[in-house]
Amino acid sequence: MQGATMRSTQDGSEHAIRVLLAKIGLDGHDRGVKVVARTLRDAGMEVIYTGLHRTPEQVIEAAIQEDVDVLGISLLSGAHMPIFTKIFQLLGDLPETPRFSIVAGGVMPDEDEEQLKKMGVAEVLSQDTTPDDIVAKVRWLAQDQPSQL
Amino acid sequence: MTGTVSLTDRVVRGDVGAIARLITQIERRSPGVDEVLSELHHSAGRAHVIGVTGSPGSGKSTLVSALTEQYRRAGRTVGIIAVDPSSVFTGGAILGDRIRMAALAGDPGVFIRSIATRGALGGLSRAALDAITTLDAAGKDIIILETVGVGQAEVDVISAAQTVAVVSVPGMGDDVQAIKAGLLEIADVHVVNKSDREGAHKTVSELREMLRLAPRVPGQWTVPIKQTVSATGQGVPELVDRFDEHLAWLADTGERERRAWRNTATRIRWLAEELVLDRLKPGRPDFDRTVDEVTARRDDPLSAARRLMEQL
Repeated sequence: MQGATMRSTQDGSEHAIRVLLAKIGLDGHDRGVKVVARTLRDAGMEVIYTGLHRTPEQVIEAAIQEDVDVLGISLLSGAHMPIFTKIFQLLGDLPETPRFSIVAGGVMPDEDEEQLKKMGVAEVLSQDTTPDDIVAKVRWLAQDQPSQL
Repeated sequence: MTGTVSLTDRVVRGDVGAIARLITQIERRSPGVDEVLSELHHSAGRAHVIGVTGSPGSGKSTLVSALTEQYRRAGRTVGIIAVDPSSVFTGGAILGDRIRMAALAGDPGVFIRSIATRGALGGLSRAALDAITTLDAAGKDIIILETVGVGQAEVDVISAAQTVAVVSVPGMGDDVQAIKAGLLEIADVHVVNKSDREGAHKTVSELREMLRLAPRVPGQWTVPIKQTVSATGQGVPELVDRFDEHLAWLADTGERERRAWRNTATRIRWLAEELVLDRLKPGRPDFDRTVDEVTARRDDPLSAARRLMEQL
């Protein structure tokens, strides 16, 4: 396996970065998220895809059970503000803050992007983000996490 | 940072975050994970472990989802380990089993984890078995292990289950042939899924014919062939009944203990192999010296291996 796609642990062994990709709500456009899934897989990551029409609760539950490094949420419906507000509200209610970073993907106005980052979204990927850039950002976020255990 | 003892306690209490973390540590062979697992081993052994295997597209994930719903209706908790293949070229994987299991979301009595075949350091077999121990110790009544039944590692894993269901679908022609090659021997229950399709009866009779050819001994479990349509749930309650009957049969005949003994033996051998190979690898001075000696033909490989084993 390629060293560049892996993360080192304390004992020097390497492991694949795990990413959950999700579609939330009535948005049925999944071409983009599938391209991202393949891009990350081809970069050596393990990508768990939830399928369409999930609720914020379901997605957070899946991300916790799968213990992912990064949670990517793709939204092309224009409902990103209420959905991310709900996501962070649910995360705030958890007894323990999950370790994953959250990435938003899709088409969103610049001013919303700023708001999303204030809420806690680590990265916003738009239709202009290149595959290499997506891989680099996800890898950086996965590496950035504190090694909790 | 969570201490070792408290992680064990949290897993035993069924804490979802702790179970998820531990399975990650198992996959990554993180330091300290062996101690947690050895503690958990004492709390495990109560769950009914069911293996579900079959060719891609046979509807395994949908069937696992339908089975889980049926178990939940009876108030039994379920842990699911869904294994999907990694890319041979990049080591990456797309794990899509959850797509078919959306009906189970939001139920605290269900825990689902996707595992990639190559993501697990120390091999899929070890990671999957340790993940089973984790879910078992966490108090899940039923643990379902879903794999594509190809490759020796996957057959090894699936044989750790108490009840193995092999899933086929009508109209795939050579499908039954594929089962004949490797999985027939380990099937405790045959499932013909998507039975609303044309050719279901033909698939059932082909399987029945094949089972008739298998050698039989008195008192042996009669492998049933069950038809299901997992998308609608048809046949699923009856399938759960067969699984329960199989577990009862295992217990009544003493086969449960015999299988547990055999699987434990296999596990110990795997682990011993791993421990030995970890001590015998390039970079360890005594090993490197021995390799030099054998390469220079002052010693032979077998004698060298024996001497190294004795020195362990």
